[in-house]
Amino acid sequence: MILAVLLVYLALVLAIGLWSHKLFRGTGEDFFVATRTIGPFVLLMSLFGTHMTAFSLLGASGEAYREGIGVFSLMASSSALVIPAVFYFVGTRLWSLGKRHGYMTQAQFFRERFDSDALGLLLFVLLIALLVPYVLIGMLAGGITVSQITGGALPEWAGNLILCAVVLVYVLYGGMRGTAWVNTFQTLVFMVFGAAALLIIVNRLGGLEHALARVAATQPGLLVREGHIGRVEMLSYMCIPLSAGMFPHLFIHWLTAGRVSHFRWTISLYPVCIALVWLPSVLLGVLAAAELPGLTPAAANSVILRLITQHAPDLLAGLLAAGVFSTCMNSLDSQVLSLGTMFTHDVVRHYGMHDRMSERRELLVGRLFVAFILVVTFVLSLVTTRSIFRLGIWSFTGFAALFPIVVAALFWRRATRQGALASALTTAALWVWFFTRAGNAPDYSVAGTGLMPVAVMLPVSAAVLVLVSLVTTPPPRAVLDRFFVRP
Amino acid sequence: MSRALGRRLALAGLPALFVLHNDFWLWDDSRFVLGLPVGLTYHALFCLAATGVMVMLVRHAWPAHLEVEEKAARREARR
Repeated sequence: MILAVLLVYLALVLAIGLWSHKLFRGTGEDFFVATRTIGPFVLLMSLFGTHMTAFSLLGASGEAYREGIGVFSLMASSSALVIPAVFYFVGTRLWSLGKRHGYMTQAQFFRERFDSDALGLLLFVLLIALLVPYVLIGMLAGGITVSQITGGALPEWAGNLILCAVVLVYVLYGGMRGTAWVNTFQTLVFMVFGAAALLIIVNRLGGLEHALARVAATQPGLLVREGHIGRVEMLSYMCIPLSAGMFPHLFIHWLTAGRVSHFRWTISLYPVCIALVWLPSVLLGVLAAAELPGLTPAAANSVILRLITQHAPDLLAGLLAAGVFSTCMNSLDSQVLSLGTMFTHDVVRHYGMHDRMSERRELLVGRLFVAFILVVTFVLSLVTTRSIFRLGIWSFTGFAALFPIVVAALFWRRATRQGALASALTTAALWVWFFTRAGNAPDYSVAGTGLMPVAVMLPVSAAVLVLVSLVTTPPPRAVLDRFFVRP
Repeated sequence: MSRALGRRLALAGLPALFVLHNDFWLWDDSRFVLGLPVGLTYHALFCLAATGVMVMLVRHAWPAHLEVEEKAARREARR
């Protein structure tokens, strides 16, 4: 029954993606950025849906199961402040420049802003390397969902395969418009069913007061942060949401906005949307600690699904599982589309075709690369073992440390190509160094101080950018005039 | 409220919220407030406060020059 409901849901998602094809204009710009025509509501829902990955539902509840309520303050409320601020300061300006100069990828913008092919290429490589683990999160979560709700009848790899197939069809056929529409539908689904899951499960557990009293009796440490989350860790985690400023999949969604005023809804309502999704997720993770004690970290990623299958009737469990599955697809589709856009424009079009490429060929290359990335991610998902939450943190750390480059590009005329290159290379070197030092340690921090690596990488990356820029020749006036109003 | 004051308040709200996010005084507080552990209630309310600041930013400190540029570009395209 549960699987049947999920299959009907997937058919509905496919229908929306395929229906969007009716509006397809047959151009590369339409396929990659929906001809920059998306309205305010779809912009909010698609941006939020793309950003709220499986990390928010499965990863956060799994982490809350182990670390308690502090996970909400660590990732959710910090994001509620930082991410809309990033949209306000960075997103609106990148949208404006993207519209004016016809950009579709970050590398195009950075290449022209800093007048450097090398920087464009380096960022292309770094962004892809950081995005692939993030794509994996969605894939792994899809497998966990399907396996869990079918009681193991379908293995995780089969779930991954189903996820790949559905995303592949509607991304290839519907392009960015299909992706945005599907994201909107799925965001509404997981917001509604996330809240429904909390209400139903809490009701079955005898009410919130009773359920929390059980946690207080069995694992009281999960209801406070002492002993689970350090103060320094909390402070340094505030850097993580800055990663949103460098996510390729958010960048292409910014470009889809019809007008800059369409960002107003997104910026205003983002914190509430974050609370609506993360609060049920964290609460269910904490409640599960009393209901299902003793799970391994990997098994803890599926606590929401375990609660749903135990406490909700079959039809509802299918709908709730569909809500969880939707978060997996929501991010995966935009991420693979952004990778396809980057490969088509930053490599094939720029280097292979010297910026001369027919619309038809552009579409073909984009679609082929999307399919290629999905296959590669599927293969990687078969051998990956790190927990979803940890995998995400390493990806976000890299993106956050690149954030000073976009800030300098938008707000500092004196920033030079050498400064940006040095900053990007420093980020890459530090990331590899910290990643190899961390190994498989789940709670790695810098020298055991509780400080997250991102809190070192971000200021170092910014300092290198500033210092190298100040000792190198300022950018030519002709370049600056394309990006700044003359003082 | 004048536009300049609203703009200043909205922009000041960002660092103020950054400071308030670090509620170290509630770290080992196990009380329940509004039916939830106080550490969770505080941060749920923090999200509402962040919404308030974002609404103020959008209303009083909107980057209007981007809309002016956008309109000019649209006029140019029509020609």
